Amino acid sequence: MPSNKSVSDAPITQFINCRILRDHKIQREDLWVREGKILDPEKLFFDEKGFADQRIDCKNKIIAPGFIDVQINGGYGVDFSQASGDISGGVALVAKKNLEHGVTSFCPTLVTSPTSVYHQVLPQIKVQNGGPHGAGVIGVHLEGPFISEEKKGAHPPKFLRTFKAGGVTDLLETYGQLDNVVMVTLAPELSNSGPVIQELVRRGITVSVGHSMADLSQAEEAVNQGASFITHLFNAMLPFHHRDPGIVGLLTSEKVPPGRRVFYGMIADGIHTHPAALRIAHRAHPTGLVLVTDAIAAMGLPSGHHTLGQQEIDIQGLHAYVAGTKTLSGSIATMDMCVRHFRKATGCSVEAALEAASLRPAESLGLNHRKGTLDFNTDADFVVLDDALTVQETYIMGQQVWKK
Amino acid sequence: MRLVILDDYDLASEWAAKYIRNKIVGFKPTADRYFTLGLPTGSTPLGCYKKLIEYHKSGDLSFKYVKTFNMDEYVGLPRDHPESYHSYMWNNFFKFIDIEPQNAHILDGNAPDNQEECNAFEMKIKEAGGIDLFVGGIGPDGHIAFNEPGSSLVSRTRVKTLAKDTIVANARFFGNDLSKVPTMTLTVGVGTVMDAREVMILITGAHKAFALYKAIEEGVNHMWTVSAFQQHPHTIFVCDEDATLELRVKTVKYFKGLMHVHNQLVDPVHSIKDYKD
Repeated sequence: MPSNKSVSDAPITQFINCRILRDHKIQREDLWVREGKILDPEKLFFDEKGFADQRIDCKNKIIAPGFIDVQINGGYGVDFSQASGDISGGVALVAKKNLEHGVTSFCPTLVTSPTSVYHQVLPQIKVQNGGPHGAGVIGVHLEGPFISEEKKGAHPPKFLRTFKAGGVTDLLETYGQLDNVVMVTLAPELSNSGPVIQELVRRGITVSVGHSMADLSQAEEAVNQGASFITHLFNAMLPFHHRDPGIVGLLTSEKVPPGRRVFYGMIADGIHTHPAALRIAHRAHPTGLVLVTDAIAAMGLPSGHHTLGQQEIDIQGLHAYVAGTKTLSGSIATMDMCVRHFRKATGCSVEAALEAASLRPAESLGLNHRKGTLDFNTDADFVVLDDALTVQETYIMGQQVWKK
Repeated sequence: MRLVILDDYDLASEWAAKYIRNKIVGFKPTADRYFTLGLPTGSTPLGCYKKLIEYHKSGDLSFKYVKTFNMDEYVGLPRDHPESYHSYMWNNFFKFIDIEPQNAHILDGNAPDNQEECNAFEMKIKEAGGIDLFVGGIGPDGHIAFNEPGSSLVSRTRVKTLAKDTIVANARFFGNDLSKVPTMTLTVGVGTVMDAREVMILITGAHKAFALYKAIEEGVNHMWTVSAFQQHPHTIFVCDEDATLELRVKTVKYFKGLMHVHNQLVDPVHSIKDYKD
């Protein structure tokens, strides 16, 4: 049959016998891909009189948009906050290994570090598309150093900073450049945070509140200035109190400007958040929940002693502590484990669990027109899962980049 | 005329699908000799389409060498609007079968010149060698395709303005907003369907009973355009019990008595697997 396609001669792949997540529902539909994008088969049929060149039988598996991890500090021995060694090589290793967990895009995260580290590391982590080499780098997530002393968690106290020079000046002095940055976590109660938030938002950077002692009105003010994300809800913030709900209160706050949504990261590794707390958050604000791994360098490594940022870490089973303490320093769960745990703990639908790892993170970064869905003309980044939500295959731009 | 009466909608849909299947399989279409099929839209043929898709999935029926011609399409509705007949055909039929895109013909409601488009459609039918089997439905007002009451019984493919009744009936698909319902369609004419070598009309449901009565027990009349098929040599009406409610008991008994003859057309049901060499 001669090719009759008027728009493009590129080969078309049709995934058949699959159930896809589209329009918030898992439905029996074929998935069509051409030139790295999801293709509309009806348009192909009527406008181009085109047909598939290749059919792949998915044997009734589920196809979901590729997972997007917006908070990941490293893995497999790589620590993004370390200035020494081969930085881009380290990012590449994590990017490659991420494919096994169904992650097709991620934000390498830097914890509170000295200025020299930012100046050295940031220029070397570049935004790039994913492919057979690994998951795509959306951009860097800077978690600190403009955070609260009392809520520093595992961040090293001596490198915390404030906006003493007025705000924006401190930003640029500390980080050096913001070219590849897509998210910044800060504590909004710090003076001069307002202009900082505005400047970051002006540059297209998502501002997240976290590691903070803010009360609800300070958090609401931050949202007013443009903040739209909460870093690992419940962790490193004031606990929910019925007379001052704190940052947690943003989930149901009436002061969020109309048309805007507050997203919140949740570490669903079974350790950082009690299942009941996961359920409360999910039920209060289901469309804002973004699953994150907050994975540290030790993710993927065996139990023992490791390094995170400027600190030493102890791995015991699935727990990672600041060496010598009981303070959690980050998780070592993988994204697909988080999706499964989240589903089990909240009893939510498969669709909601999958969207929490794909659609919601994409929405929180303003990328959902391109990523996080299986809508026509979006990037063909997706995962093939079995009914237990175990990753069987990972695809980026329509190409298979990992298979179990 | 053959009047085939089945107990319910599902049985009627299945009978019709088996009939179509046997026709296509028996024809043994090839790249040099296509089977041409006329197709309807609406709720009546959905069951039949589902069955045809089943037969395709089980490997018993292929549409690779079948050309299809749909009866009608709305004027001015974007092709990818969920209520367009293109969308209907894609979502309910084409998506699931192996028909080749260039062989699926549907009138283009967004063509620059509507009458040109209609003329071109007639030409395409001619070039395909005419239609072997035209499957259609019947409106509550007895219309075939969009040949509303008063349409010429020798009409060809053309633009028609919809009757008020039809627009109101369609409003439910357009959020009950009358201003959004298309008012014009491109439709095959009564004459166009009459040219087919065989015609099969599907009629189910009590709300179609009066139209069926007018179509087969009264005279040929342009107010009930389906009645034109009384003058076609090979017409078959497939209906369920409810659709016969306005017919004379005598008519129904006569045709029910012939079911053992009619059933020979669908039993045994043939498969392309029988012809694999």
